[in-house]
Amino acid sequence: MKIKTLITAAAAAMMAAAPALADLYIPSLTYRSGPYAANGIPTADGYADYFTLLNERDGGIGGAKVVFEECETGYNTEKGVECYEAVKSKNPLTIHPWSTGITYQLIPKATADGIPIHSVGYGRTSAKNGEVFRWIFNYPANYWDGASHAISHILDQEGGDLNGKKVALVYHNSAFGKEPIRTLEELGKIHGYELTLLPVDHPGQEQKSQWLQIRRERPDYVIMWGWGVMNQVAVQEAVNIRFPMDHFIGIWWSGSENDVRPAGEGANGYKALTFNGLEKDYPIFDDLKKYVHDAGKGAGAGDQVGTVLYMRGLYSALMTAEAIKKAQEIHGTPDVTPAMVRDGYENLDITAATYEALGLPGFGPEIKGSCQNHGGQGLGAVSQWNAAEDRFVMITDYIESNQDVIQPLIDADSKAYAEENGITPGCE
Amino acid sequence: MFYREAGDFKTSYVDDNQTFPIKFDRWRYYAVLAFAFLVVPFFINDYWANAILLPFLIYAIAAIGLNILVGYCGQVSLGTGGFMAVGAYATYKLMTSFPDINLFFHIIIAGGITAVVGVLFGLPSLRIKGFYLAVATLAAQFFLVWLFNRVPWFYNYSASGQINAPERTLFGHAISGPASEPWAVYLFCLVFTVGSAILARNLTRGTVGRKWMAIRDMDIAAEIIGVNPLASKLTAFAVSSFFVGIAGALFFAVYLGAVEVGEVYGINKSFLVLFMIIIGGLGSIFGSFAGAAFLVILPVLLKNVLVGVMGWPTDLAAHLELMIVGLLIIVFLIAEPHGLAQLWRVTKEKLRLWPFPH
Repeated sequence: MKIKTLITAAAAAMMAAAPALADLYIPSLTYRSGPYAANGIPTADGYADYFTLLNERDGGIGGAKVVFEECETGYNTEKGVECYEAVKSKNPLTIHPWSTGITYQLIPKATADGIPIHSVGYGRTSAKNGEVFRWIFNYPANYWDGASHAISHILDQEGGDLNGKKVALVYHNSAFGKEPIRTLEELGKIHGYELTLLPVDHPGQEQKSQWLQIRRERPDYVIMWGWGVMNQVAVQEAVNIRFPMDHFIGIWWSGSENDVRPAGEGANGYKALTFNGLEKDYPIFDDLKKYVHDAGKGAGAGDQVGTVLYMRGLYSALMTAEAIKKAQEIHGTPDVTPAMVRDGYENLDITAATYEALGLPGFGPEIKGSCQNHGGQGLGAVSQWNAAEDRFVMITDYIESNQDVIQPLIDADSKAYAEENGITPGCE
Repeated sequence: MFYREAGDFKTSYVDDNQTFPIKFDRWRYYAVLAFAFLVVPFFINDYWANAILLPFLIYAIAAIGLNILVGYCGQVSLGTGGFMAVGAYATYKLMTSFPDINLFFHIIIAGGITAVVGVLFGLPSLRIKGFYLAVATLAAQFFLVWLFNRVPWFYNYSASGQINAPERTLFGHAISGPASEPWAVYLFCLVFTVGSAILARNLTRGTVGRKWMAIRDMDIAAEIIGVNPLASKLTAFAVSSFFVGIAGALFFAVYLGAVEVGEVYGINKSFLVLFMIIIGGLGSIFGSFAGAAFLVILPVLLKNVLVGVMGWPTDLAAHLELMIVGLLIIVFLIAEPHGLAQLWRVTKEKLRLWPFPH
């Protein structure tokens, strides 16, 4: 019984710590521990630092302070559920689950509880269809866009013809990794390439057999859907079998410094998709330094500033903040509720001028949401690792994905979901 | 003083053979049951249900199942995660194929299907023992997870390879899906847990259980006195897998709602349940509960104390949590190798003599 009293005390303390109504409560489900921590830490740092910056520099969003709280999931679904239940009672304005598995878990729950879920470039792709997934958003691009970007880039490189070419997909054997398969198959029918599927089991340290198969079958291109330690191992294996690195393209979650540095010089030329800018001289860095890091308020160790994933965390926070601003604008009050933030997300409108004003010129693609479109325009770019300069460099502009292929897939998948769960699609 | 047999007269054989021969124990047991069934449902909220009580109840069923195999019959198994996955996927297929039949029956049928699979993988136990059997069941773990990942029929060809529990009701209350009330899912799981515990307790007290224990203590001697090792070992595998299957089914349908086999039913799950019964106490139903409580509640408690009360960074708390739980496991195993159940037994012995131990 003693344990129970202690828990009750702890739970009571948590309730007491819940923010007052006038604050904007934003939780973050992070994973600073576990097999995916190397990627989880920079993302979580970027996400947290942006809100700290808004609080310190602008006094919050629209005059209301952001109350930010982290909850550690370790990329584990059960802990994710625990975190969700823990933050739910505190009226969160939006939740970023930071894991495709946890996103799948939370989609029905958050829909029932009326909490907007924003999965930034991960999660369930068909959530783009806002008529079915009313509370779920996946700006600015989704995995099927990513698959299409990769193929478009390969098309560019091959002069527009992929007939008879072989493309291999090395993927994390989970909901996350399986996402692009359908799209790649569909695109294969159009462009005539042959797709080989090579699943890698969690956590991905063991890839010898997959890369042996690649060495034997010699595909022209390898596309990778990896996360965490799997990326590093894959890049190293590719270097070991001397696979041409510029024919090796990772999804945006497989393109951080952590993934390529261990392979050293050999990783030079490795490509990864991205949907946010990778420059080193955005004006916002001055503010971050002045208001956040020099003031000792930075999240984590503060050594991740400017890395690819840090910038992605920052970008996620930026979209959330813009959605909240929009919600405040629509409803005319700084004191917004989750339902208002949902409206803000739906009417999200980020233009080049917005990025400019936020001290991040050219940082990301333009995003315009609507009730039907919860996923943005699906723009993405290709970046390439420059080992000498120790950074990823964007080598294309933001390119469009093949919506003719993707939209029917999204419609079909979301329709199936709606039927399974008895949802009538529509905008209220 | 109040905890002793004296004065509690039994006038029939049924009374003499009851589970709790001491009056105080019996009343304590009724009080716990009454509290769990009649009080908790009125105070339970989402956090308590989904973060603490549901995982505790479900892991307790899995631990009871594994305890029958390892603790009572002495057959080491590392396939618990895989068998839980069988229960989950069987439920999913049943739920989607026969939506008109109640989930309650689906879960029991899923337990039955898991029992059959368990018997299949239990066959090698007739020839191999100890570590070698552990390796054979490890193969079951990896094979089953691979199977559910590899064959799209099991997840109804969904693009993500995940299985999602559709909404199902019992007496008009949703027990799976997002609309379910915490008290309803809690009671649903509680019924299964209490049922499993009573069933397991009575099985292990009867002929079947005695045969298992004979096999565990010395299989050759057991065979000489007339215990059929084939029947005993396979029934142990069947009964154990039945409970584990039910736990897997509840874990998917009621607790998580969406499952990815590699992550949720991986090898870690097998180890976790094995740790539960080792810490709780091999060969004890109470030990299964104690072990499940220890490994489910302690991490949540530590997290809430370290982060919620003391305000430490989440990553530091997460790492400390691993260290503290790990340390406690080692301390427990050194101080009390027979688990929490043995501590409880010693307490009871002391209580009988209290307050005059000499």
